Amino acid sequence: MLKIADKTFGSRLFTGTGKFSSAALMEESLLASGSELVTVALRRVDMNDAHDDMLLHLKHPHIHLLPNTSGVRTAKEAVFAAQLAREALETNWLKLEIHPDPKYLLPDPIETLKAAEELAKLGFVILPYIHADPVLCKRLEEVGVAAVMPLGAPIGSNKGLKTIDFLEIIIEQSNVPVIVDAGIGSPSDAAKAMEIGADAVLVNTAIAVAGDPVAMAEAFKMAVIAGRMAFEARLANQENHAVPSSPLTAFLDYEL
Amino acid sequence: MSFKEKFEAYDWEEVKASIYSKTPHDVQKALLAQKRTLEDFKALISPAASSFLEPMAQLSRKLTQKRFGKTMQMYIPLYLSNECTNICTYCGFSLDNKVRRKTLSREEILREVKVIKSLGYDHVLLVTGEANQTVHTAYFKEVIQLIRPYFSQISMEVQPLETAEYEELIGLGLYSVLIYQETYHKEDYKKHHPKGKKSNFNYRLETPDRLGQAGIHKMGLGVLIGLEDWRTDSFFTAAHLQYLERTYWQTRYSLSFPRLRPFSGGLEPKVEMTDRELVQLICAYRIMNEEVEISLSTRESEQFRDHCIQLGVTSISAGSKTNPGGYAVEPGSLEQFEISDERSPVQIAEMIRERGYEPVWKDWDQIFVQ
Repeated sequence: MLKIADKTFGSRLFTGTGKFSSAALMEESLLASGSELVTVALRRVDMNDAHDDMLLHLKHPHIHLLPNTSGVRTAKEAVFAAQLAREALETNWLKLEIHPDPKYLLPDPIETLKAAEELAKLGFVILPYIHADPVLCKRLEEVGVAAVMPLGAPIGSNKGLKTIDFLEIIIEQSNVPVIVDAGIGSPSDAAKAMEIGADAVLVNTAIAVAGDPVAMAEAFKMAVIAGRMAFEARLANQENHAVPSSPLTAFLDYEL
Repeated sequence: MSFKEKFEAYDWEEVKASIYSKTPHDVQKALLAQKRTLEDFKALISPAASSFLEPMAQLSRKLTQKRFGKTMQMYIPLYLSNECTNICTYCGFSLDNKVRRKTLSREEILREVKVIKSLGYDHVLLVTGEANQTVHTAYFKEVIQLIRPYFSQISMEVQPLETAEYEELIGLGLYSVLIYQETYHKEDYKKHHPKGKKSNFNYRLETPDRLGQAGIHKMGLGVLIGLEDWRTDSFFTAAHLQYLERTYWQTRYSLSFPRLRPFSGGLEPKVEMTDRELVQLICAYRIMNEEVEISLSTRESEQFRDHCIQLGVTSISAGSKTNPGGYAVEPGSLEQFEISDERSPVQIAEMIRERGYEPVWKDWDQIFVQ
């Protein structure tokens, strides 16, 4: 089980709600994924409407909503959006996303740290989306985030774990859960992230844009389980040279 | 430095000759490139690319779905005024067009808003002619404040303004501004805009720079297709877009490709663009730029729009009226141009769903422009 702040999760696959061809297909895919934490863009939700189509399709007892601030460009905007989301969606959980760059949607580390500091004081459970920057992760941990969400590659690129060397450092150093977010393009990427010790992965585009999103969601579900199992079973070390099954010094272990 | 300096380094005829001299080999190279340049874009819009339409369409669809998924943004124009002090040879609102002029009052705007909201819209595009005595920044401020409670996103397509004026309107909740150059051919621009403030080519050319400096969230670019050689005009649009993306990197961009449509007192297009050519252009822009939003208005036919959903387009209007008061106040007044696809928003949304896409009515919120 994965524990983040006050919640425990049976599934280590977190999902997003964008880019699906219909709300019904989104719902079916999320159910197939087994995901218990689903991020939803504030800008897509009508916060004054309790019958918002997207929210209605996310009403399942095991699904927790994780509103995200996608669209904001500064810490100030993020704090304001977070407060409105808390009121409208009745959750103090927040995926903090500040990307002033609309081309690659890369997160702004300075504004993210500023916003995290302020939101932590306001009692939010903050999961910040950031570049795979080990120092920034530690700084965010210090201001009180509940987890960190470093990217594997640019959002929606499906390029996989381009930042793997830095992800490994982040995982090694972190005292809070590490969720690999953005860039995961295939179940094997997700499995790899889990094998190196990520606590969870967040996947959206690779499921939503797949030929069969429901089947792909299930494939991701299984990949995450397999990857986690492999991590817990401790992978055998890689070797650059052959290790003979009958080593030359084996005789030393025998009783003469 | 503004785009004007970059633009002045180009020669229209040289650019045109370069586009028309591209070969099938150049097109293949452009299609296979990892990163595409403006030279690649020239190849993609060249006559040589016409025999590559299917691979271009396939690639365009793939890139669009990767970035935007299977969604289609819905928007609708709200024409506030047809008063105009410009003469534009192609526009129904032109000063020399003897028609009754009208600017909507607060009460009339609210009546229009009521109908637009009942159609399901949450994003609105405010449109006016250019009449600085009556339809000015103070009027825009009043309108934005008036309608802000009803819409998540407010866009504007009006005369070019000063940077400080844009800043003021953005502060009140303006999200995006559409500003079309009409044509980048300087001499032809003069011919089509003989009178009024719009006749100042450079002032219009530098408007996107002023918008970028004001910190606008999104801006729309484009040319009016039919005034000049569309390939050359589109190259300049792409060059302008590339410059803007690099300079005002926090702004989003959209493109549209209005083809000259019949209107009261009409001008025959100098250049005809076929449906095949428009598809080629949409695909070329998408292959060149994976992030740019691409809009298709009700100027285009039903059949054409239905197919474009899958080709690279990301936003679409429906049920549009192009006359002030067209939804409720004065449905019979003069339209800026005739629309071609007259289906209702409900019908368009159904068509979008049938094609495996989700119509999106809300993808922004005023909280982001507080």
